[in-house]
Amino acid sequence: MGQIELKQVTKSFGTTQVIPPLDLIIQDGEFTVFVGPSGCGKSTLLRLIAGLEDITTGHIEIDGKGATDVVPAKRGLAMVFQSYALYPHMSVRKNIAFPLRMAKLDKAEITKRVEGAASVLNLTDYLDRRPGQLSGGQRQRVAIGRAIVREPAAFLFDEPLSNLDAALRVGMRLEISELHKRLETTMVYVTHDQVEAMTMADKIVVLNAGVIEQEGTPLELYRSPRNTFVAGFIGSPKMNLITGPEAEKQNAHTIGVRPEHIDVVESGGQWQGTVGVAEHLGSDTFFHIHNTGLAEMLTVRAIGDVSLRHGDAIHLNPRAAEIHRFDAQGLRIS
Amino acid sequence: MATKASRSAARTMMTPAVILLLGWMLVPLIMTLWFSFTKYLPLRGDSIQRGLEWVGFANYSRFLSSSAFWPSVQTTLIMVGGVLLITVVLGVLLAMLLDQPMWGQGVVRILIIAPFFVMPTVSALVWKNMMMDPVNGIFAHLWRFFGAEPVAWLQDASLSSVVTIVSWQWLPFATLILLTAIQSLDSEQLEAAEMDGALVIKRFWFIVLPHLARAITIVILIQTIFLLSIFAEIFVTTGGAFGTRTLTYLIFQRVIDSQNIGLGSAGGVYAIILANIVAIFLMRIVGKNLDA
Repeated sequence: MGQIELKQVTKSFGTTQVIPPLDLIIQDGEFTVFVGPSGCGKSTLLRLIAGLEDITTGHIEIDGKGATDVVPAKRGLAMVFQSYALYPHMSVRKNIAFPLRMAKLDKAEITKRVEGAASVLNLTDYLDRRPGQLSGGQRQRVAIGRAIVREPAAFLFDEPLSNLDAALRVGMRLEISELHKRLETTMVYVTHDQVEAMTMADKIVVLNAGVIEQEGTPLELYRSPRNTFVAGFIGSPKMNLITGPEAEKQNAHTIGVRPEHIDVVESGGQWQGTVGVAEHLGSDTFFHIHNTGLAEMLTVRAIGDVSLRHGDAIHLNPRAAEIHRFDAQGLRIS
Repeated sequence: MATKASRSAARTMMTPAVILLLGWMLVPLIMTLWFSFTKYLPLRGDSIQRGLEWVGFANYSRFLSSSAFWPSVQTTLIMVGGVLLITVVLGVLLAMLLDQPMWGQGVVRILIIAPFFVMPTVSALVWKNMMMDPVNGIFAHLWRFFGAEPVAWLQDASLSSVVTIVSWQWLPFATLILLTAIQSLDSEQLEAAEMDGALVIKRFWFIVLPHLARAITIVILIQTIFLLSIFAEIFVTTGGAFGTRTLTYLIFQRVIDSQNIGLGSAGGVYAIILANIVAIFLMRIVGKNLDA
């Protein structure tokens, strides 16, 4: 159980409206990711759901029951914070037990649940340590442990991986995804990192300036972005957005083509240019191409280690079927 | 990294300061110890030039057997304990209040800190004459306004009055230290506790108070050092009468009023011992908060 529904929710700080009226349904058991650039209101939206901020107008329903005026503790949600927000003076055991103690569960039940959570998260050996003695990844797991013992209707994650180093982040990403598969509980996850969004989400909600630009599965967003914002945000490296005569040839204001949908050819390609920076990753090579005659610099992804260097001439052919067309308002033309 | 040369240079340069400090501490200490074993009554013609009569532990036993000794120790402990309790409790509350965003925050904070800048003698005089005077004091007017008989504060509730005055002086210090501590509390911790179902009181008890433990320890330790030697407030208000004679004040009376330097010095040595007992005791209770 854990369906969250937002109806015409707005949020203003003073006279600035950060979230214009917004409707959103998060289905039970779904892994929903809010993604957007910093300052787009995604964290605010999560805090509205949690109840840490009051909504200005509108309604929030959790499992069909009105939750607009319900205090955070009674909403049945658990939250994992960016800074982990562990209680530094309590041992790991007491940290995980804290929500249960507040709920006045009896001792035996608390011990059982804490040890259950600890074994799920590989924390059994660390139960008597203080958070200060743990590594970043372990602290993250304690924070998750504190969330799962409550058996909440939904988990809220506020950029939980942004304080971890790159290798650990990939590992924790997997662990959170596995946890979701095992618990089958609703999870709402906020991130600015579209890779996290693409890899973990059942549903991605792309936010910009408090407005939902598009929601859908990762592949829907990748294949048919509704506007230029989503097109530019989802996918790495970013989609090439081209305006001017080249776009007009296709009867569009802007055309978009992903770096992986441009083929490098020996000669006679549709576009020619010179290679600027070439990023050799081994499995792929990213070329930044100048002097193509287009207004914008192009990014191209070539499979494998292609041996073109800085200043070399290059011939390119975009795949016609993979070109996205957008009108003057930036909306997709299908 | 300090090289060998820079370390020895540092040592050389620190030497004068260390010698000065040692002299500053050792000379009075040794003189006090010396006087405490002699008969030294300046009014009877005793002086250092003519040589002081060695009396062994006579001053010590006389100071201890005086009927004023144990009550003065008790008064000292009550006074220090009372002031600590009031300043820490009110300090925590005030610090939380001042941490709230409000209009005119800067001005309010300066006003709160102001009593700390008033000299003890002055503040005691102001309290004595303006607030606690049984005829013209503000409290007397207040009592009469409600139809009650004004209280002669410094006679009938002397010890608690002095505790009030001293607390008023030290509250800003406690508030200031606790405010800086409270400002360093991560707000996400409070939000996490809120999500975990802790209501306001429990959030205070389980999150805020443990966070403040170290700052409270520092407040208690520093204040104890200064409170054991309270003098001006007692001298100005009650002159040590009505059960406000602390150990410090008793020593003052022995040396100045009775002109018995030997006896007063013996009392001084007892005061040092008492201060150390209190210090060890405090370190035991609260010292563990200081190691991270």
